[in-house]
Amino acid sequence: MVDTKSRTSELLETLQKEAGEMLQDSVIELGDLVVTVAPEHLTKVLSTCKNSPALAFNLLSDITAIDWMDLRDERFEVVYQLLSISKLWRLTVKVAVSESTPEVDSVLSLWAGANFLEREVWDMFGIRFKGHPDLRRILMYEEFVGYPLRKDYPVQGKQPRIPLRAPEVENTARRMHRPDLVTIRPKSRSQASANAQASEGHSSQK
Amino acid sequence: MNDGKLLEVDVGVGGISTSVRPRALGDDLHSETMVVNLGPAHPATHGTIRIVAELSGEKIVDADVDVGYLHRGFEKMSETVDYNQVMPYTDRLNYVSPAINNFGWCLTIEKLLEIEVPKRAQYIRVILSEISRVADHLTCLGASAMELGAFTVMLYMMEAREDLWDLIEEVTGARLTVSFGRVGGVKDDLTPGFAERAEAAFKKVRAHLVNCDRLLTRNRIFIDRMCDVAVISAEEAISMSLTGPLLRASGVKHDLRKATPYSSYEDFEFDVPVGLKGDNYDRFLVRFAEMEESLKICEQALAKLPEGAITVSDPHVALVPKDEVYNSIDGMINHFELVMYGVKPPKGSVYNAIEGANGELGFYVVSDGTGRPYRAHVRSPSFIHMGAMRKMILGANISDIVPTFGMINMIGGECDR
Repeated sequence: MVDTKSRTSELLETLQKEAGEMLQDSVIELGDLVVTVAPEHLTKVLSTCKNSPALAFNLLSDITAIDWMDLRDERFEVVYQLLSISKLWRLTVKVAVSESTPEVDSVLSLWAGANFLEREVWDMFGIRFKGHPDLRRILMYEEFVGYPLRKDYPVQGKQPRIPLRAPEVENTARRMHRPDLVTIRPKSRSQASANAQASEGHSSQK
Repeated sequence: MNDGKLLEVDVGVGGISTSVRPRALGDDLHSETMVVNLGPAHPATHGTIRIVAELSGEKIVDADVDVGYLHRGFEKMSETVDYNQVMPYTDRLNYVSPAINNFGWCLTIEKLLEIEVPKRAQYIRVILSEISRVADHLTCLGASAMELGAFTVMLYMMEAREDLWDLIEEVTGARLTVSFGRVGGVKDDLTPGFAERAEAAFKKVRAHLVNCDRLLTRNRIFIDRMCDVAVISAEEAISMSLTGPLLRASGVKHDLRKATPYSSYEDFEFDVPVGLKGDNYDRFLVRFAEMEESLKICEQALAKLPEGAITVSDPHVALVPKDEVYNSIDGMINHFELVMYGVKPPKGSVYNAIEGANGELGFYVVSDGTGRPYRAHVRSPSFIHMGAMRKMILGANISDIVPTFGMINMIGGECDR
């Protein structure tokens, strides 16, 4: 227990030395170091954390977000958890994101593991990651309306029904990958059968 | 394998764009690639997942791994109940080793409360966690072996798992959804005579493991299907945030039980097995070796099990004994307060990670000082491992998807939350 405390302050010192001018705030909360950075410095700080041999945060453990609603000026906060496998210390990096432009830079170029994590934050909170080449919904479906983990999304929220998806009739990857939606209308179907009857030579009846 | 030109342009992100694809790999007559959709309900994907694989001949040139079919809104639900009521939800994360999830959640809240549970409770947590870990590995290996045709191995492993689940059932009252953790301790003490029955069960499990080892480890068919498939180097594994058996199979000796010991793991002697190449066969071997280590930890914990309380004595965290509730006004008030309002950690946020059966299982909890979490987030290892699956199966044969998926051991409840 005493050991981790001195380790955390050692980490704080090293971090101050490496990226001190870019940190907005740094606190030791319950034995863990939590730093806040400005959005424009985010990738710089994270790449310093990853590439500096003294810090060696080689593993991106987690990305998540918090919706503060009216409790703070900036509504969202994106939280990164870093882990160093060689030094065995952890760092929490927080960055505030406004409601009007919910955007942060993607860290996919630093860690390939950020792919699914960033997609999840986009899916759940609607925070865009600039530079992510494939920002699709991941746990929810494409037609989902709203962002479920925002505090203003109701717990018992109901979603509109989505029409049946098109069956894979064409042998193309493009269609299968993200199929277009087809609304099945019974009316057009009866018309089609009427046309078929007409073509067989019978008189079309209502 | 992995000799195609296409792999060099990989950016590690899903999404198929066939229009710009050059004639691939030069190994067949077809000028067009074919798309095969695997899942979400497929007999060989034990878990609901969809993989859209684009094939040139039998080689996978691109793939999109689609998760989320079992999403239940764990994080949203957790915001509506108090801290101890989240316990049944955590059961349903990795439902093959639910005790580990329970204790991971408990440890996070205890870190927020800045308390440490009594030694006996820590040991009970270790015992149940390790039994669950063995059960988890048995399920993973048994199912994967069955998919490669080794049906007997699956039956042996399921039989061994039954013995372990009997032990868990004896203590917790349930086989899968145990809900055994409590903030500040565990629900119950071990049953009398548990150590003897555990010893007998471990003996049976070990006998089964020897049989499985003989049937599988040097089996030519098994090796041909597993060896050199889905190779991930150590650097790639770290970059893709892999943890647990997958990271160790790539040769990185990293286990949170050793690296940052929690729940008295520092008291026990055990090895951390690592692989050499990081292919599916190494993942199999690492898991197989880990089971023996887990059994060793269990035996040590049972031998050294200290006497004492199983919950902290703070009445604001753990329920007071029933005797006090019925016979004293303080006890009654404390009981009432805890049941009605729940544990109230101070304001703050905390991330705590433990070594789950599949890797780093982390919980991130934000408390606003009330009895309910303001925000609860799970860092589920399966989800992150599924993010690496595309990279693993690119360039492999379509038949390699199933063993690779088996070795990732995606548990739907944990992956999709």
